Amino acid sequence: MRAPLELSRRAFLVTGAAVGGGLLLGFALPGAGGRALAAEPGVNPLTTWIHIRPDNTVTLMVPSSEMGQGIDTALPMLLAEELEADWTTVRMALAEANPVFNNPQFRNQITGGSRSIRGYSEPLRRVGAAGRTMLIAAAAQAWSVPAEQCRAERSVVSGPGGRRATYGELAEAAARQQPPAEVALKKPADWKLAGTPLKRLDTFEKVTGRAMYGIDVRVPGMLVGTLAAAPSFGGKLRHVDPAPALAIPGVKAVLPLTGMPFLDDAVVVAADSYWTAKKGLAALRIDWDPGPHGDLDDAAVLRTFRAGLQEPGVNAVDEGNAGQAIAGATRRMEATFEFPYLAHAPMEPMNATAHVTPEGAEIWAPTQAPGAARDAVARFLGLKPAQVRVHVTYLGGGFGRRGEVDFVFRAVQAAKALGVPVQVLWSREEDMRKGVFRPATLVWMRSGLDAAGAPVGMQIKTVNSSIRARIAPQTVQDGLDKGALEGFAETPYAFPARRVDYVMKNLAVPVGFWRSVANTYSGFAMETFLDELAQAAGRDPAQFRLALLTERPRHAAVLEQVARRAAWGTPLPAGHARGLALHQSFGSIVGEVAQVSLQGQEYRVHQVHCVVDCGLVINPDIVVAQMQSGIVYGMTAAQYGEINIESGGVRQGNFPAYPMVKLKQTPRIDVHVMRNEEPHGGVGEPGTPPIAPAIANALFALTGRRVRSLPLSKHGFTLA
Amino acid sequence: MAYSLTINERSHTVDVGPDTPLLWVLRDTLGLTGTKFGCGVAACGACTVHLDGVATRSCSYPVAKVGSAHITTIEGLSPDGSHPVQQAWLEGDVPQCGYCQPGMIMAAAALVQATPHPTDDEIAERITNICRCGTFNRIRAAIRRAATT
Repeated sequence: MRAPLELSRRAFLVTGAAVGGGLLLGFALPGAGGRALAAEPGVNPLTTWIHIRPDNTVTLMVPSSEMGQGIDTALPMLLAEELEADWTTVRMALAEANPVFNNPQFRNQITGGSRSIRGYSEPLRRVGAAGRTMLIAAAAQAWSVPAEQCRAERSVVSGPGGRRATYGELAEAAARQQPPAEVALKKPADWKLAGTPLKRLDTFEKVTGRAMYGIDVRVPGMLVGTLAAAPSFGGKLRHVDPAPALAIPGVKAVLPLTGMPFLDDAVVVAADSYWTAKKGLAALRIDWDPGPHGDLDDAAVLRTFRAGLQEPGVNAVDEGNAGQAIAGATRRMEATFEFPYLAHAPMEPMNATAHVTPEGAEIWAPTQAPGAARDAVARFLGLKPAQVRVHVTYLGGGFGRRGEVDFVFRAVQAAKALGVPVQVLWSREEDMRKGVFRPATLVWMRSGLDAAGAPVGMQIKTVNSSIRARIAPQTVQDGLDKGALEGFAETPYAFPARRVDYVMKNLAVPVGFWRSVANTYSGFAMETFLDELAQAAGRDPAQFRLALLTERPRHAAVLEQVARRAAWGTPLPAGHARGLALHQSFGSIVGEVAQVSLQGQEYRVHQVHCVVDCGLVINPDIVVAQMQSGIVYGMTAAQYGEINIESGGVRQGNFPAYPMVKLKQTPRIDVHVMRNEEPHGGVGEPGTPPIAPAIANALFALTGRRVRSLPLSKHGFTLA
Repeated sequence: MAYSLTINERSHTVDVGPDTPLLWVLRDTLGLTGTKFGCGVAACGACTVHLDGVATRSCSYPVAKVGSAHITTIEGLSPDGSHPVQQAWLEGDVPQCGYCQPGMIMAAAALVQATPHPTDDEIAERITNICRCGTFNRIRAAIRRAATT
């Protein structure tokens, strides 16, 4: 396709520069962070996107944080495709925080919302195409032939008379070429690398123990600290006597961390090793003031939210007159769903490393939000953002938790106090208790069926604490957090009338983005309630949904495909049943069918069939891996996931109290990826929402009982 | 206290307290950071190493207990990623975030060493490490692949 000139002029500027005989290619999207243009794209390889070296390697600085989703392979594939680079010469490195790396969809350097491909795909393809054009132009100039007579393939430009030159040989001359104002992008049908299941670029590092995570950072002269934060949300430090910790050989300091407006008070013990710091912390008797929320517990949360259900709330969608339509229905149904708080529990506990001097700060962090961390730390220290360097390591899981900046601040606070580099590494217990949590949520739904068994309307009211009210209050207007209604406010199902309301009840428990966010509860409520309506209508659950998707051919195709692959409707062994769910999130449509058996209260998930339509695919094997991942993550939440609040804090502390699905319980997961040229959808999150309702619907088929709250363990179910 | 340890076929002398978990000796004293910290209570297996070939959760294993046992970490499983389990992991593109994978690979390597052709049930019983990315389908397939090579 030919990129529209108007768009390319307005939104895109390629810069080329020579360094050490190589070619640096930078680009900037003015709307994505105006400073980008001024970031010296010609001279600093660390803040330039692409580096073609004389040794013929092509290195892409990956702007997104790699937390398992494979973005460190998918983005290089897109670049290599347009650049016509030899894949075996393509390298990647993790970019540090710099506005040039901002994701255009966020205007910030943030990895989240399954938005990396959607944000970076087109600019990266354009810069690849621009680089290819400049390399060809350099060759044409050297050979004194028209550029039209030269072509690029696998990092070699060839021209008339058998002339050949590698990208490495051409790089320096290419750097002197004028970047093209307009580029032609390849048609996806002509792709050779993108769209294929290439192996990930990071697997070797990750199977040999060489991959560097935040916890692996070692800076000369570094101390290691660990912390205890106030057990209750909003708690304050009354007193701590440092002596017992300082008496332990190797303990260097006891640091009270207080007075941060958005962080609970904490105590850090810094030592020559983590174990010493941990022993030092354990030796302390810390006197905490529980603060104003010390009495908060699950019952109080539930009381508040149940009261909220009685309030009218704020209206988000009002199409037709749903209340009247349902009042006049032949049959009316309603249900109230309860969802608990959830912790992310990434495998790598929270940590960051910082060195703060009067001149600036250097930070090494496994963060999803390097740009936000840089800006926030600069404000805190009274520095300019350019004086704060944030190196991004691999992330040992993110799931939304690492989009916060709290764990970066703990290291910065400690490093500022001590004047030497400090790594602050949290225990698993601190990680779990002082997280941000998937909001506990109540959902009320009401619908009715006409005489033919078709739904006449849908009413939905959601009550929870608003994530955006905590982190971006300016985006919450008149009490409406639109993010809290994802999966409800927009639905592919054609209900003749709809009403969606929201009741915001902000509490002391900090809530945050958790893999697929509101879709965790909207997907469960909608897909189990639809199953309930189908049953009331005496209709097959797949057919019932298809009748509501006649205007949505992609959704219908996913549903039909997953039903076919799961042999929906065919007989199963006694004691087995299938459950179905379909959900759209982050621009992708996912259908899942779970085959479940039950003995007593113990169920087993034998097989999950998954079909995903995420539009134009970059690497189908990475899509498969993300669906498998989302399903296991969702199964853990469905069966076990529950964070309890007591005495104003979190009861659970470690995996024995917050269990995980393991290999033994993981079903065979068959994933089919639909192929088309629709706009990209995300893949990191959309696999998660359908699995819990698919399992719950299968359990209904087996027991005749509807599950209207999670986790399943609360209903006596165990997972074999 | 000074302890003599044999790690990846090399001798090391470390001066640490007797209750120091082997994990922190490896990571903080010796700089072998391939072995990971996940929970500190032997629940997740991210810290799995071999003691005389047996998979051991090093976060809860005091250095004083090691004695003369030979310790193998992910760095010593092979110098170049050539161990059959690592090769099977590469073939199947198993890791996602990768943080649990050194421990997972050490657990799998001990399994196929002791049980060269494990059944699915044996894999399910013996591989109890936690992976939050949910790579279990690929782990199962990779162990089968490693067991046939």
